[in-house]
Amino acid sequence: MTKHLPWIALAIMGAGALGVIATVRGEPINALWIVAAAVSVYLIAYRYYALFIARVIGIDPARPTPAIRRADGLDYVATDRTVLFGHHFAAIAGAGPLVGPVLAAQMGYLPGTLWILAGVVLAGAVQDFLVLFLSMRRDGRSLGELIRMEMGPVAGTIALFGAFMIMVIILAVLALIVVRALAESPWGLFTVAATVPLAMLMGGYTRWVRPGKIGEVSIIGFIGLILAIVYGQSVAQSAVFAPLFTFTPVQLCFLLIGYGAVASVLPVWLLLAPRDYLSTFLKIGAIVALAIGIVIMAPPLKMPALTKFIDGSGPVWAGPLFPFLFITIACGAVSGFHALIASGTTPKLIASEKDAPFIGYGAMLMESAVAIMALVAASILDPGVYFAMNAPAAVLGTDPASAAAAVTAMGFPISADTLAQVARDVGEHTIISRAGGAPTLAVAMAEIFSHLFGGQAMKAFWYHFAILFEALFILTAVDAGTRAGRFMLQDLIGLVVPGFRGSSKVAPGLIATGLCVAAWGFFLYQGVTDPLGGVNTLWPLFGISNQMLAAVALMLSTVVLFRMKKDRFAWITVVPTIWLLACTLTAGWLKIFSSDPRVGFLAHADRFATAAADGKILAPAKTMAEMGRIVFNDRIDAGLSAIFLGVVVAILVYAVRTCLIARRIDRPSVTEVPPEMVAAE
Amino acid sequence: MSWLARLRAIGNAMVGMPSYDAYRAHMAATHPDREPMDEVTFFRERQQARYGGKNGGRCC
Repeated sequence: MTKHLPWIALAIMGAGALGVIATVRGEPINALWIVAAAVSVYLIAYRYYALFIARVIGIDPARPTPAIRRADGLDYVATDRTVLFGHHFAAIAGAGPLVGPVLAAQMGYLPGTLWILAGVVLAGAVQDFLVLFLSMRRDGRSLGELIRMEMGPVAGTIALFGAFMIMVIILAVLALIVVRALAESPWGLFTVAATVPLAMLMGGYTRWVRPGKIGEVSIIGFIGLILAIVYGQSVAQSAVFAPLFTFTPVQLCFLLIGYGAVASVLPVWLLLAPRDYLSTFLKIGAIVALAIGIVIMAPPLKMPALTKFIDGSGPVWAGPLFPFLFITIACGAVSGFHALIASGTTPKLIASEKDAPFIGYGAMLMESAVAIMALVAASILDPGVYFAMNAPAAVLGTDPASAAAAVTAMGFPISADTLAQVARDVGEHTIISRAGGAPTLAVAMAEIFSHLFGGQAMKAFWYHFAILFEALFILTAVDAGTRAGRFMLQDLIGLVVPGFRGSSKVAPGLIATGLCVAAWGFFLYQGVTDPLGGVNTLWPLFGISNQMLAAVALMLSTVVLFRMKKDRFAWITVVPTIWLLACTLTAGWLKIFSSDPRVGFLAHADRFATAAADGKILAPAKTMAEMGRIVFNDRIDAGLSAIFLGVVVAILVYAVRTCLIARRIDRPSVTEVPPEMVAAE
Repeated sequence: MSWLARLRAIGNAMVGMPSYDAYRAHMAATHPDREPMDEVTFFRERQQARYGGKNGGRCC
């Protein structure tokens, strides 16, 4: 009993903090209440729930892991648990947990906070942990292979196809965030563009000058980045250079598509690897700095706990709280994409089964903490500034006066002067309608960092530092994701044309790369030219697809629990599966069939098609051709939602069938690698 | 592991670079007959394996 006493104390503290968050209304609460509540929830969830699940699935420290059984010093290496935690966390944490919560803040900080905490404990971390466990027991196989092993080849192929479509949407939405952040921003674009030659310089350094010195080259790169930010200001102020780095969103869109196509076929040591070093360390450093900054600054939250937009009328994204909040915040609460990571390199490096809860469940809790910080950051901004940055230009107009009037009319009073001042403070021409989450987060980070270091004078520097840090790892993800998508596509096409497979074949590789870039480029272009900002359309698609992948991973885990004859504990995965299916199926259905044109793709298409048939042109379209394109895009998006629904329903059917078969067998029927099996060499 | 060595190992692991020492130890223990890769070759091989292969997927 005494060993539980500190935990009971922690629980009381956490409950107290949550109580404050839940009861204080009308006056701003301090961000630290949310941080304290979150940390208490995480620690208790880990101590009790993660270790409970570990007992249920029979984590066995004596059983050799793939890293022991197949040790080769390369792919399979028994790795110290804290070192492996770093590896796994760096692989799962990306832009998702930073962007989703910022967008979700339009409903106030309370719904997002509660979903992040409940989601991670009961769904997200459970999924990461179980998929890691499944893969660890099966020689570190990938998610697609695991589904094939446990649910059959058809289910495996469907899941692989779904994963490819998700990759396409993720790449498009990430690229869109970069476009929104860098359009008409010569300072931002210069610093990001400077990372390309900088990374190539680093690549040459690690290739020829001092091979393997990652730390050293990263420090050189970091100094280069700081210089790029500093000189970016001069570029932005120069009459000669500023126009060279000022692009419209559409121009940037094509630049990015071209960049993606070229970067993903360059040798990896030249651009991808060195930029990944920079972006990874910058990302971890910025996350740590943000955590320290929030704790020291202890800012009050200016966003209300709940805004009136919980009814679905919000300007940032459309749709009511259920189901759309739960797909807007994907990463940080539950992210299906992690299933691909947890069945990637991590299970091959794990030294002992007893490390699995710490790595799988623990790293996801850490990512959830990042999401909480992003939500806090968005909520310390004046709500007027938040909505002026995130509502579409179609609502706000383009100058401070019209934006201030529109936001004030929403019920969040703000003056045009304040908006102009915020833009000046961060060294930009305008902050209006910079949707996508990244710029909002950058303004908040500039607020926090300048409080710690440099004061008002450094705000513009910190803003561009934050933009750079986000753009850098998004570009790395675009590059790496295009490569990964290429292999997925080659595998898929290889099912029909066997000669298409093989990672070293030049022509199929180029064709698959081209198709992959064309696919995400299509959605990026559609998002960039979308008068509602694109985030409106693409982020829900991304959220739905990501949560559906999570549902697929949890269904796989359920199947395995049944096949292990752990039926009694199947609720561990069944409960979050049902919740995710409810959210994603409802959201997918509404995105296709809702009669509200702000939500439903088909209703929106119909509105424009009807108007076009009458010869009318509806704003924001300016020509008949644009009208036609809007209708076409809507129908593509509806089709894509339907594909996602189809994938998840198909997997559901296979999962239920496999569970029923497993129940009829009176012994475990999982296909694990037996513990006594030893390596071939 | 000293904390500095640990920090360095974590940094390397974050970008997917396993320990060269561990590789040498593994080769010495299990394949004394084979010539292990030198450090530069090892680095290039691992870099290519991380970024050029199917594990390129990074999270959102």
